[in-house]
Formats: sequence, structure tokens, C-alpha cells
Amino acid sequence: MADTITKAEIINPENLVYKKTSMMTNNVLSYCPGCGHGTAHRIIMEVIDEMGLQAKTIGVAPVGCSVLAYDFMNIDMQQAAHGRAPALATAIKRLHPEKTVFTYQGDGDLAAIGTAETIHAANRGENFTIFFINNGIYGMTGGQMAPTTLEGMKSSTTPYGREWQRMGHPLKMTELIAQLPGTYYVTRQAVHTPVSVRKAKKAVRTAIELQQQNKGLTFVEIVSNCNSGWKMTPVQANQWMVDNMFPFYPLGDIKVDGELVKK
Amino acid sequence: MALKGEIVVDIEKCKGCEVCLAHCPTETIAMVDAVNGKGYHYMQDIHGKCTGCTNCAVVCPDGVITVYRVKV
Repeated sequence: MADTITKAEIINPENLVYKKTSMMTNNVLSYCPGCGHGTAHRIIMEVIDEMGLQAKTIGVAPVGCSVLAYDFMNIDMQQAAHGRAPALATAIKRLHPEKTVFTYQGDGDLAAIGTAETIHAANRGENFTIFFINNGIYGMTGGQMAPTTLEGMKSSTTPYGREWQRMGHPLKMTELIAQLPGTYYVTRQAVHTPVSVRKAKKAVRTAIELQQQNKGLTFVEIVSNCNSGWKMTPVQANQWMVDNMFPFYPLGDIKVDGELVKK
Repeated sequence: MALKGEIVVDIEKCKGCEVCLAHCPTETIAMVDAVNGKGYHYMQDIHGKCTGCTNCAVVCPDGVITVYRVKV
């Protein structure tokens, strides 16, 4: 009978449809409420779990909000100096070519101090995966302007909005990387709705699978919110991201199978 | 045949960001007035209309939601 089934009968292991993967540790995430980092961590770890790669994966944590990624990801991790994660990942992958290697970096880490390392690792066609979390701001240090900050966007160092005449244009790192012959798969995703999370997870899986085929560098950008840096509630920040970030950073594949996607 | 779901929320890890609320197709989840040990309001299934679609669990940044589902 439909009406007689009790809560206790439903909450049984055989009825389980979704649970946090065991590849994530039980530590409480150090991120602000609503931050996309938590979701990004989880989908990467779900893919590692589904592919059975826990003992064969080495991650490289950056400097920034996600500096403590090694506390949350239940795999072997290494901590790189600021921006140097691609250089470290190059060494790890060359010494252990059978391992799956990825870096997890924010925009201040990858697109500012680590631009040289990122571009040269991509140009050399190193066989690892870069996960790039872009929220257009330096979140950890108090919301300063980053290279990816949008024009007119207010931050603690651009209180009247970013003007390109004095502060330069926002940097489309992912499009830049896609121009290099060493990259094989370059895509931009988001994690603010269930649909986008599922798409992003598919992209993460594609990137890891291509890495195992030694095709070259795979690069997944995840556009994320920074509600405390943008001074908004998490829901407002997600809406602001849809209205302002996505027109400038459109979602979708940029390079597939080594060929730029024609728009 | 209908689907009946139940969610279990890790109350102490929920940070009350409310990102999940807009993605519930049956609008059965809501923030409760009570607070957890850190002072955040947390999310619960208050109307009992859960279908176990997993939308809230997939979008939860902190992964605090476990979903069960049966066919009735």
C-alpha cells in the first residue's frame, strides 16, 4: 500500500540513490556557504571513484581558497607553490607516467602568478588535467581584482569598477590555452544548477579518460561564484554569475579532439 | 507507479546557503527555524513530498544530503 510505507522503510541501504562519495573525507569544507569549490571537489572525486582510480591518482593543490584541498580529497595530494602547480604536475607525471595526475587551481593562481607555468605546460602537451575554478576575484585574500575580473566589476581594489584603460582587460585564459597545439580537450563548465553539475561531471570524466590515452593536456574551466567576495548571498551570486559572467565566459566545449570548436 | 523519496541531511555540516531550495521540483524542502551548532539554519524536507530526484544532493556544495528512493 502506497500510504503505509514509513520513513524508516525507505531509509535503507538498498534504496540509496545518492550519497557523498567516500573519496571526499568527512572534514567540514573550509569554504563559505554556497561556494562552488565544494561541488567541484565532489564531482572530480566522484569521477575518480567511478573509474576506480583512488590508488592511482595524484592531485596537486594550489594556493588560494582551495589550498586545503588535500584535507578534503581522499587521494594522494601534493601542495605546490603559488601558481606552480602545472610545473609540479609535469614532474609528477613524467616520473609516474602510469598515474593519473591533475591540478586544481583558482584564477588568481592559474591566470595571474602561474600564467607562465600554465601556458608552457599546455604548450609542451603534458599529459595531465588542469581544473581551473574561475570566480573572477581573489577570494581568499579579501576580494581583490584578479586578471579574470570583469569590466565594470567592483572588487576591494576596484571600488568603482574595473576600467580597461587603467587596469587592463579581463583575461580569457581558457580560450588562450585552447590556441596552443599541446592541448587536446578544453572546455568551460559551471556547477550552479543540477544540470550544469551533471554536464561538468561528464566533462571531468572525458578529461580524465583522454589523459589516460596520453592525448595531451586536458583543461576544464569551471565558472564559479564567490558570494563573500562579490558581497552577495549565495543565491544572488549564482544569479549574478548567470547574468554577467556567462555572457563573457560562455559555457561549452572550446576544443574537442585537438580541434577548435567552430562557433 | 509513483516514486517516494527521503532525504537525510547532515545537519551539522549544512551551511544554510539555500542553493538547493530553488532546484526542488516539488518544493518540499525548506530552511527550518532551528539552527545547528554553528548557528546556520539548515535544510529539511518539511512537506514530505520528496520524489528522490537527487537534484538537491547534486547541487549541494557541501555534499550533506543523502537520498533514498522507492517505487510505490
